Amino acid sequence: MSGTVTDTPAITARGAGLVACTRCTRVWPAETARCGRCGKALVSRDGHSLSRVWAWWVAGVLCYIPANLYPMLRTQVLFTVSEDTIVEGAIELATHGAPVVALIILIASVAIPMGKFAAIAWLAISVRRGSRAKPHARHRLYEIVEYIGRWSMIDVFVVAILTALVQLNLAASIKPGPAALAFALSVIFTMLSAQAFDPRLIWDRADDDRHDRAARA
Amino acid sequence: MHSTDIARADPAQLIACPQCDAIYRARMPRHGERAVCARCHTVLIAPRKSAGMIIIMLSAASLILVLGAVWFPFLKISRQGFVNEATLLDAALSFTGGPLLLLSLAVTALIVLVPLARAILTIYVLGPLVFDRPAPPGALRLFALAEALRPWSMAEIFALGCAVALVKVADLAHLSFGPAFWMFAALVFLTVIHDRWMCRWSVWEALEHGYGARRTKGAAA
Repeated sequence: MSGTVTDTPAITARGAGLVACTRCTRVWPAETARCGRCGKALVSRDGHSLSRVWAWWVAGVLCYIPANLYPMLRTQVLFTVSEDTIVEGAIELATHGAPVVALIILIASVAIPMGKFAAIAWLAISVRRGSRAKPHARHRLYEIVEYIGRWSMIDVFVVAILTALVQLNLAASIKPGPAALAFALSVIFTMLSAQAFDPRLIWDRADDDRHDRAARA
Repeated sequence: MHSTDIARADPAQLIACPQCDAIYRARMPRHGERAVCARCHTVLIAPRKSAGMIIIMLSAASLILVLGAVWFPFLKISRQGFVNEATLLDAALSFTGGPLLLLSLAVTALIVLVPLARAILTIYVLGPLVFDRPAPPGALRLFALAEALRPWSMAEIFALGCAVALVKVADLAHLSFGPAFWMFAALVFLTVIHDRWMCRWSVWEALEHGYGARRTKGAAA
């Protein structure tokens, strides 16, 4: 427990005939159904984990498409009305001398969601099929996806703030577009997809691969 | 640590890494140290001195700040003589009409209700423990709920959203921050410290065995 890196396969709860609670880290005999401490249902390995990951993933991708096609904001200044999608809004910011903010928007609303879709899909496929990537690398990727997912919400909050604030009669007013809802749903579904993933599968698979290699040698 | 040895141990004495399922004999690390999973490097136990009291005070401060941020104006805008002020609740409830109403509910939950609920749950669960009283009824379930809510508390993201909004309308109108914005900025800061001080394993152990129970056991081992 001192934090030293060892390549020897660790003793797992499953290997020792036990089952672990992933919420409160308590360990129970294998046949225990529910954690006696925090009440979470216990499963040694969540067999349905991957189907739930894919279900939320598909929902997230489907919502992400209209989120980019429909306008996010409807801005009215005097008598001109303009509707901006996420990418159009960022381009406008960049041309109006705020390239840093445009970059934040592009990273939070385009790069992060796309990267998350790719990362979750790759992790889910790699625990099924095996991967040459080190489990450490894949686990790190999973942690990043879990941590960063929430930050995509920023664009929805910006729309909320602007809508509440910019209500100046004819002078200027801003209204939300349908993309705001689609985008928020996409972020929420992707977060649920990442939460459904059982990271223990990464390490199980790593152990299996090692056994395979040992058997072949 | 032998596999047969650890398999024969009382499961109550063990700790399992929630990320990779490795099991270890749980022992309170020495002062200033942390217990880290040898396989996947997840931090398992990270106790800090008088963390309980500090977390309670941070939660109480968060509670006051969220309530304050809801009532005081957040941002102020002016253009050509038109002036408008918005509170946090105005922003949260700005999506009106049809399906966008759903979004209002979601935003209200993410930036007001969830942070508020986490602060209240933390005070309720940890308060009695810090003062050496038995855990309050339902403490285990309620702490589990507070933990489940953690990723859905998005106050800090909202604060960054304000900064982006400020730049976005800079050429449209003049914007200025109200008192609630600074309250929210302080809240973000408190949330970060709160998460750094919270050792979840210590809380679960304290709720199960009473505050300090495992600490003395660990010292004896």
